Amino acid sequence: MGSGDKINVFPSRMILSVMKVRLKGAQKGHSLLKKKSDALTMKFRQTLKKIIDNKLVMGDVMKAVYFSLAEAAYSAGDITQTVIQNADKAQNKIKFQRDNVAGVQLTNFTMHTEGSDNYQLTGLGKGGQTVSRCKDTAQKALKLLVELASLQTAFITLDEAIKITNRRVNGIEYVIIPRFENTIAYVIEELDERDREEFYRLKKIQDKKKIIRAKQKKLADALTKKEADKAMSVDQPARSILEQQHDPDIMF
Amino acid sequence: MSKVTMAKSHLIGLVGDEDTCTAFLLGGIGELNNAREPNFLVVKKDTTIGEIESSLRKLLARKDIGILLINQHIANDVRHIIDGHTAAIPAVLEIPSKEHPYDSSKDSILRRAKGMFSVDEMR
Repeated sequence: MGSGDKINVFPSRMILSVMKVRLKGAQKGHSLLKKKSDALTMKFRQTLKKIIDNKLVMGDVMKAVYFSLAEAAYSAGDITQTVIQNADKAQNKIKFQRDNVAGVQLTNFTMHTEGSDNYQLTGLGKGGQTVSRCKDTAQKALKLLVELASLQTAFITLDEAIKITNRRVNGIEYVIIPRFENTIAYVIEELDERDREEFYRLKKIQDKKKIIRAKQKKLADALTKKEADKAMSVDQPARSILEQQHDPDIMF
Repeated sequence: MSKVTMAKSHLIGLVGDEDTCTAFLLGGIGELNNAREPNFLVVKKDTTIGEIESSLRKLLARKDIGILLINQHIANDVRHIIDGHTAAIPAVLEIPSKEHPYDSSKDSILRRAKGMFSVDEMR
């Protein structure tokens, strides 16, 4: 008795049924959380694979961007300063959407264009085509990078969610459920012991009653014998048995 | 069930060398906010690591930047800040530069996953 952690309750039949219900609830919760954890882990692995694939593609796309930038620099001259000075209003921005996956909110980035192109006039002087080609390559690269960023945020969010869920699953499995089981075992033991005590007590009372009755019988027999002898000598009316026997109160 | 799209738009920030910045600014992501602060940092040969660090911290703290692009060789110098940035937004994306091709073993995000399985397994 007293193995491990248990809830301190007064042992009674009602408490026992209450505890049993709670144990069932904890077990249901545990299996549901486990399912959630498995679903999240599966999504996590899928996302990781997509990230790795995308990063490889990104390596190639970036090479293309730098190449077209070099071309533009070759024909249009050094546009670095002009470009940096003219950065005023971003044309490509991102919006995010929230998706719900197995109970976890994931953010998804989508790129959208607003406003006008700051750099329409850049390179008009010379090499305009290469500059606009560079622009296009860069925008394509941006689309890919935005996708990649969505995957990355999903990855991080899933990672956190999985850690939390696993912590809860383990908590239920190794702390909560054993606590309930120990409490139920303790209550059952106490109830059994009480039953045994009651049984023992009843037996003892029965034995005592038997002894008392045996003594009384002996007394009554002795008395009747004496009366019978007396009645032999003197004629006396029959006595009622009720007069002679008097029931002493049984006190414990 | 997905929720409604957020009404606000967010910017794409950038910390990169001159070529990277030129390329992406041409793509149209550069913006100066009300305080005339840019959402990008051009890292030249003489930019100190301290400057990069403080700019990076500022950019990461800005609420209107959703994605932050950073060249991988710069990220290696400020690895401690990037590893310490565990929030989901802004998403830090490491991109290769002209001289330094992409190296997946140094990527922050993939290193987080190394605990689960090795990157090569997935290829």
